[in-house]
Amino acid sequence: MAEITRDDVAHLAQLARIEMSAHELDRMAGELAHIVDAVKSVSEVAAPDVPATSHPIALSNVFREDVVGHVLTPDQALSGAPDADDHRFKVPAILDEE
Amino acid sequence: MSDPTLSFDEAMEQFDPVLGFEVHVELNTKTKMFSSAPNAFGDDPNTNVNEVDLGLPGVLPVVNKAAVESSIKIGLALNCEIAESCRFARKNYFYPDTPKNFQTSQYDEPIAHDGWIDIELEDGEVFRVEIERAHMEEDAGKLTHMGGATGRIQGAEYSLVDYNRAGVPLVEIVTKPIVGAGRRAPELARAYVSAIREIVKNLGVSDARMERGNVRCDANVSLMPKGATKFGIRSETKNVNSLRSVEHAVRHEIQRHAAVLAGGGTVTQETRHWHEDTRTTTAGRPKSDADDYRYFPEPDLVPVVATREWVESIRAQLPEPPAERRKRLKAAWGYSDPEFRDVVNAGVVDAIEETISAGATPAAARKWWMGEIVGRAKVADVEPAELGVTPEAIVELNGLVEGGKLNNKMAAQVLDGVIAGEGTPTQVMEARGLVLVSDDGALLEAIDSALAAQPEVAEKIRGGKVQAVGAIVGGVMKATRGQADAGRVRELILEKLGVNA
Repeated sequence: MAEITRDDVAHLAQLARIEMSAHELDRMAGELAHIVDAVKSVSEVAAPDVPATSHPIALSNVFREDVVGHVLTPDQALSGAPDADDHRFKVPAILDEE
Repeated sequence: MSDPTLSFDEAMEQFDPVLGFEVHVELNTKTKMFSSAPNAFGDDPNTNVNEVDLGLPGVLPVVNKAAVESSIKIGLALNCEIAESCRFARKNYFYPDTPKNFQTSQYDEPIAHDGWIDIELEDGEVFRVEIERAHMEEDAGKLTHMGGATGRIQGAEYSLVDYNRAGVPLVEIVTKPIVGAGRRAPELARAYVSAIREIVKNLGVSDARMERGNVRCDANVSLMPKGATKFGIRSETKNVNSLRSVEHAVRHEIQRHAAVLAGGGTVTQETRHWHEDTRTTTAGRPKSDADDYRYFPEPDLVPVVATREWVESIRAQLPEPPAERRKRLKAAWGYSDPEFRDVVNAGVVDAIEETISAGATPAAARKWWMGEIVGRAKVADVEPAELGVTPEAIVELNGLVEGGKLNNKMAAQVLDGVIAGEGTPTQVMEARGLVLVSDDGALLEAIDSALAAQPEVAEKIRGGKVQAVGAIVGGVMKATRGQADAGRVRELILEKLGVNA
């Protein structure tokens, strides 16, 4: 079985900005290990001669010409915003990078 | 609080700097990287966005073909290999400048890799800078921090977000570590960013205006003891956005690292913020868990395959590289090193080239641009080309001087008239009544008066002191209000006094 530690889960939770209790961390460590194992079963059928893919269909070069198309109005753009001011999205001050 | 520093000389006695640059270039496509919303600067907030840029559920990004071609052009101009196939990846992080909570970028499969450019410093010394990669990605939105005393994030109560810039196509150019620049490191930093800016501008793929953020530089600096080969711990100074700042930031970081290391300390690996006012940096956040971006291939986009035919057809459209063009023009025009450097620094290489192809000699083109127009542009605080003097006007004006219709002083007045929009040089000359008097009759009359007014000078000239003739010429010029042909006046005076010059 895959080894997912409590610390791994805490790290993931932090990256995903999800607050988890001590109990949840313990429980999720076990559950995640099962999930990883389930996903890992793919490798049982994918032989080394099967290249990794990021898309189910073998397509490439799906392009768009550089022509201006659909644009929203500011009111439309902001219609789903929890808060707005001066035609801009209003968000809490987040001390991160500047 | 500014950090202690050693002097630059002290730092250079003990340490060798290692540099690395990440330069972001905003492409000037009409639309965004993955959406058909306009890519435009300076518009009202959130007027250039659609559902894709806002990361709304259910949207599907589609790659802008022109942006891919521009990226390939940049890769080729940097002597890179162009990947036969490459993919986009999601770079996951939470920050309100990216509404999707990820930036669509490229990770392990950049479109261009393993290139180089030669950077020439002012005295002609050349450094080869190796390019690690150039990859495609999208720009983020713009945050304005509100409620704080200074508009900075410290103390801000909230931030306002404009997503017009979100999704603007970017190419990030990453160098390999640059070793061996020594004390020229700050100069090289400036010259490198300048060269990138010039290249993308010359390719026509970016407006390349640093003051608008079209070209933005993150500068990595580390030091190692002289002679060492193992790199030291680096700092990354973010968003250094003018050529002058790049030079100063690298110099400051060298001096700061040197003080830490010379004092027996350890440099912290971290991002640094550049402050133009004090020309110093302050600590940003340390490298940490937050840098776990969990890149994975973008499932909504398919690979970009650059066939050899496509790449070669793009290569065939590339303009002559700026450095090669300069070399060619300098040789063709026969200018000396300082003459050509002045022309480059004045920003009139194009103007002189156009003037020469309009029919002027290289010497005449330089005389008019460097001797007359650049000075007037400086006074008007505009670029020389913006004064509106056409190459044809210069050729015409120069012809009027060489044909004896105008002297230099009158030509300068005609040039003022041309800049003021009074018409072509000939029209200005006629409208202002500027006529060079070379009619001998009129000149002889003025010469007689001038000689009579200064008999002692006339005596000296007769006695062989030919250089004294200037005083008489001056008198004639004054009498004709500067409209006499000084050369002809001189000849006539000497003739009249029976002196062989």
